[in-house]
Amino acid sequence: MILLILLGISLFFAVVLAFVGDRKYAPDINIAGSAATFVAGVLLALQVYLHGPMTGGNKFFFVDAFNVYLAVLTSFVSMTTAIFSRRYMRVEREHGRVGHWKMRFYHAMYQLFIFAMLLALLTNNFGVLWISMELATLSTVLLVSLYRTPTAIEAAWKYFILCGVGIAQALFGTVLLYFASERVLGVGGEALLWTNLSQVSNQLEPTVLRLAFVFLMVGYGTKVGLVPLHNWLPDAHSEGPTPISAVLSGLLLNVALYALVRCKVLVDGSTGTHMAGRMMMGFGLLSILVAAFSLLRQKDIKRMFSYSSIENMGIATFAFGIGGPIATFGALLHMLVHSLTKSAIFFTVGHASQMHGTQEMDRIRGLIKGNPVVGWAFIFGAIALVGMPPFGIFASEFLILTATIKDAPLLTPLLLLGLGVAFAAIFRKVQPMVTGLVPPWQTPLKAAHVPVILHMALVLILGLYMPRFLSDWFHLAVGILK
Amino acid sequence: MTLPIAAQINSVMAALILLTAFGLLIQRRILGLLHIFAWQGFFLCVSTAIVGYVTGVHHLFISSLLTLTFKVILLPYILYTLMRKLEIRREIESLVNIPGTMLIGIALVIFSYHLTSPITQLSTLVTRSTLAVALATVMLGLLMMVTRSHAVTQIIGFLAMENGLFFAATSATYGMPMVVELGVALDLLIAAFIFGIFFFHISTTFDTLDVAQMAKLKEED
Repeated sequence: MILLILLGISLFFAVVLAFVGDRKYAPDINIAGSAATFVAGVLLALQVYLHGPMTGGNKFFFVDAFNVYLAVLTSFVSMTTAIFSRRYMRVEREHGRVGHWKMRFYHAMYQLFIFAMLLALLTNNFGVLWISMELATLSTVLLVSLYRTPTAIEAAWKYFILCGVGIAQALFGTVLLYFASERVLGVGGEALLWTNLSQVSNQLEPTVLRLAFVFLMVGYGTKVGLVPLHNWLPDAHSEGPTPISAVLSGLLLNVALYALVRCKVLVDGSTGTHMAGRMMMGFGLLSILVAAFSLLRQKDIKRMFSYSSIENMGIATFAFGIGGPIATFGALLHMLVHSLTKSAIFFTVGHASQMHGTQEMDRIRGLIKGNPVVGWAFIFGAIALVGMPPFGIFASEFLILTATIKDAPLLTPLLLLGLGVAFAAIFRKVQPMVTGLVPPWQTPLKAAHVPVILHMALVLILGLYMPRFLSDWFHLAVGILK
Repeated sequence: MTLPIAAQINSVMAALILLTAFGLLIQRRILGLLHIFAWQGFFLCVSTAIVGYVTGVHHLFISSLLTLTFKVILLPYILYTLMRKLEIRREIESLVNIPGTMLIGIALVIFSYHLTSPITQLSTLVTRSTLAVALATVMLGLLMMVTRSHAVTQIIGFLAMENGLFFAATSATYGMPMVVELGVALDLLIAAFIFGIFFFHISTTFDTLDVAQMAKLKEED
């Protein structure tokens, strides 16, 4: 029951916000809707924690330890982003970058996007998973081009076309998956349900699943932003409004990786080999290296952090590819802390670029003097992002590194090289932006402090101490993904 | 209608779909592309209906009807109206190296047959031989999107890929479960709405629908 409520809230608020339009209280309704979704998410998590995995809506939805924490994370980050977006979009409005209709559209699509992501996470059906991934793309395409500048339209078109092509491959993979499962489970919707498929994965025809995984990997891998399928990502994540960049980088990439990992589990069960894991390791490692070296030559601040998202998703994909309890645990933790850190960074980046009227890093200076909270949060966010202790990413990257040394020792230098280059690139560029004097073109700004501080506090806590319920879930999820 | 005859008709339809896929690849006039695309949808709809009839899988009739309304009537009509509004009906795209593209297309077809042969051997369905054609249609749509630079052409390539996927579902498994097929159709409808808006944005911002003009976002050295 709570499952359906959780999904219904965001859909309901999408419709409400489409009617409310650009009233003064529309951002507050947006926050209220996201907060209600978050409360429902927490209630759902509580139930799963007490009673274990469950299905709902005639086996159409299901929750287990793997997707419940992602659902709570999604609803949490979308709530904090809604709080951030209130201040941010008000400034954009005053600058005349968005008008009446665009604000209406923006709020309605924001809620629809959250609905699509939650549907993807909670559905039991691989076909519906594909549909909701596509819906999540479609609902954000026009948000990326919200400002109607030539570059924004170009970015959105690229996003639309390349993700459309990519995800079409995933649908072909899903057709092949259905072909294999139909022979075991019989015709009909039942044959695409995860709860059924995971039971019989060892009976599925390995030749078919091997081919299916290639298509699924290319398809969902495009949405994760893995190199060489990543071309759309830096553009789409940097040209849209910053709240959208925060949820795209922080949440949608996670959801796509979730889809890929679910497919991998089935393929592993069927083939009994490590083929799917090897592919994920290859794509992941390539993403880490290419993104790390691309970080070095970025000039646009949002573009740089988009490349950092590619790098971090690469790390998580690589770790899922290695498999085994330590690496999987690390990957699950990495998805969580990267999502929190990256959205916090985008909040500060959004304010910083509004203060300077540009996204060019050469013109952003003296943040700590100009706005201490934004400045310090930005530097701490960057420190957390590059994997310095005591923040959460240090813990997850440490686990992943340990597992790499143990299971794939030859790849350790490459992984370290990628991490090191990314560290140097980000740190070198962030340091001059926060220190120094306030430049004359900087204007003061009322920033939204709560979301940033909340996120950074959580990342810090997760680096120092792992709550019991979270480690329980991660251990259970490791069992599911074996 | 007996099974062998139905299988033969289905193969003819598959051949025609492949032919239209190649037609799309080399047609330079936008209006012509639209016609070929509508024909491809029509062959797909006939093929689905025949398979539904001989196998007794009745939800295929609904799929066939969906194809008819969406891909033969609605989408070509929407595209045609958009083209009239944007005054690009008579536009001709300059295409480089048609023979080269054709050769790559043929290679893709052979590759598709190679890729699907293990699956075809496992299958017992009357439609199994057409799976390779379905994959080839997807690949040719992909090729079309890569080689063309006009926004409308890219969208038609995208829709042709969708046709191929739909055909793949019919040939491999007699169609996906109903809820999935309806969902995919819904996504397609939303996508149609979005590219309609895009055509207006692109043509007002860039004065042309040639997306090769959009090349600002690149890595600078």
